[in-house]
Amino acid sequence: MLSFLLRRAGLMIVILFFVSIIVFSLVNVLPGDPALMILGQEATDESLEALREDMGLNDPLVMQYFAWVGDLLQGDFGQSFRDNTEVSSLLAEKIPITLQLTVMSFAIAVLIAIPAGVISATRKGTLWDSSATLFALSGVSLPPFWLGILLIFIFAVTLGWFPPSGYVPITENVAQSLWYMLLPAVALGVRLSAELTRMLRSSLLEVLGSDYIRTGYAKGLLERAVVYGHALRNSILPVITVSALQFAAFLGGTVITEEIFNIPGLGQLLVTSIQTRDFPVLQGAVMFMALAVILINFLTDVLYSILDPRIKLTGGSQ
Amino acid sequence: MKSTSEENQLQVHGLEVGFKNKKKYTQILNGVSFNVNKGETLCIVGESGCGKSLTSLSIMGLLPESGEVRSGEIRFEGQELTNRSMKEMSKIRGNEISMIFQEPMTSLNPVHTVGKQIIEAIRIHRNVSKKEATERVVEMFELVGIPSPRERVHNYPHEMSGGMRQRVMIAMALACDPKLLIADEPTTALDVTIQAQILDLLNELKGDLDMSIVMITHDLGVVSEMADQVLVMYAGEVIEYTDSKSLFENPKHPYTQGLIASIPKLQGKTEELPVIKGAVPNPDEMPSGCRFSTRCAFAKQECFDQSPQEEGTEAHPVRCWMYSAEWQQMTPLKGGESNGYTTDGAVDREPIRN
Repeated sequence: MLSFLLRRAGLMIVILFFVSIIVFSLVNVLPGDPALMILGQEATDESLEALREDMGLNDPLVMQYFAWVGDLLQGDFGQSFRDNTEVSSLLAEKIPITLQLTVMSFAIAVLIAIPAGVISATRKGTLWDSSATLFALSGVSLPPFWLGILLIFIFAVTLGWFPPSGYVPITENVAQSLWYMLLPAVALGVRLSAELTRMLRSSLLEVLGSDYIRTGYAKGLLERAVVYGHALRNSILPVITVSALQFAAFLGGTVITEEIFNIPGLGQLLVTSIQTRDFPVLQGAVMFMALAVILINFLTDVLYSILDPRIKLTGGSQ
Repeated sequence: MKSTSEENQLQVHGLEVGFKNKKKYTQILNGVSFNVNKGETLCIVGESGCGKSLTSLSIMGLLPESGEVRSGEIRFEGQELTNRSMKEMSKIRGNEISMIFQEPMTSLNPVHTVGKQIIEAIRIHRNVSKKEATERVVEMFELVGIPSPRERVHNYPHEMSGGMRQRVMIAMALACDPKLLIADEPTTALDVTIQAQILDLLNELKGDLDMSIVMITHDLGVVSEMADQVLVMYAGEVIEYTDSKSLFENPKHPYTQGLIASIPKLQGKTEELPVIKGAVPNPDEMPSGCRFSTRCAFAKQECFDQSPQEEGTEAHPVRCWMYSAEWQQMTPLKGGESNGYTTDGAVDREPIRN
């Protein structure tokens, strides 16, 4: 276990190093001049030049890179070009919002997917199964932005049950916050739940046909105990893989949903920073996402080894 | 058979089981009947696909979803099992009737310790604490010959060998003192020395625990080691039913004779083993007469058209025309058409001289 942790930590540093190079290069090949974005089209050449010098944009790229990484290592993400706010405080403000959205949509997805997957696998070929399959198929083919607009139209505009957009911090008012976030979480969660349902169904069907399930019945267990006590844990691994990948993707990829529901999360921050050539913010946000992906993968591996004792966490490459 | 009903642990009578697919029904078991007396071992023998496993699953009430008991009786201690609900059957399974399977490598749940899996089996049927159940598991592990049982309780299945896992399966099956143990080819997946150990263990436990065993096998070696009574099945029918001794000394059905002839002998040189040519017919294409007629060396014309009835004695019934009164009057096949197992064997050939 210890060698596993050490190996993972080493790997994480290497990956972050390469990510930092890629992020830095990408940002610098983006067309557009941050100084021009800040001062506007009417700025004089002298003032532009002075600002560039001031922001360190005239230094050689290698120098700029090492300056940035050096600061990063000290926990300094730099300041936004736009208003000089600390990138770290911007991130600290936005990440919880997106995290809340992600967690809520995952909760919704899992709450739908596990019963739906179990029912359609154990009642294979019945109306239940067909309905769950229909739901899964339509869920996978519905783009979240379209579902989002539909939800706003039905539940916010027509019925007036939910606010159409906006955000209340969870620290301010828990109920309000959950209320505001529910529609976007559903818009994101339905698609995920559809994916997980299909995954769980096929995986569970395979497990239900295995010999140890028959053993379970042979020792006198009833179906419920067999399914939840023996089959589910064995069939959940592929579901967890997909979930982990999706969780990481959600942290950075809820841009459109955040845009539709006007949620000031990480996605919006990312889009604005690209539009305004706000390099420090962009770099900081992308670095955070890379870190999140690595951490989630790590946690997934640990979870795997807990759920399936045959999987051993070792330092060696397998 | 001769036994009275008090001695009967299990009576199966006229069992017909088949599979329903969409609207089509395919019958596999065709009127299977047998008795298992208390403390007795019955071996069911036959080649793959003859319905021996299906018979055992029917007794357990563990038929696959498309499977169906069409008619017949399964009586356990005089009580009918075929009309029990899933819930009622689950009280019997693992408690009064237990089963061990062919594949010890995959029959245990890989994500739970073996101890936990047996404790679960005990606590379904017995109102005992976890600690008491654990003690029982250790006791059972000792009984089935698992070394350092107290430590082994915490092992996962993948940390054990195939033989050890089969011992775990046996411990699990016997944990609630069943009156009947169904063993579906319990040694097929194990290597020969382990096979012998497991068979010895079962024989020993049978005496100690006073239970009946239904042993399903295709291995006549297992039969000679274990059986009191033997049921030979072919294509879903019982074709011969007798005690172990008369089966080996006086096999009546041509199929049984073929099975016994195909056992390799240690004495003398055998260049090529006699075989029963052909394969079990497909359930959808059963011959209208005797089901073995297509492979039988002695088949006569009528064998292909009419099913034989149970002939022979009460103690040794056999389903074959040869033992009927009509046999002498039946029309033999024209020469060269016979399709038996002996004609091709090296045993009958001229010895090679050099």
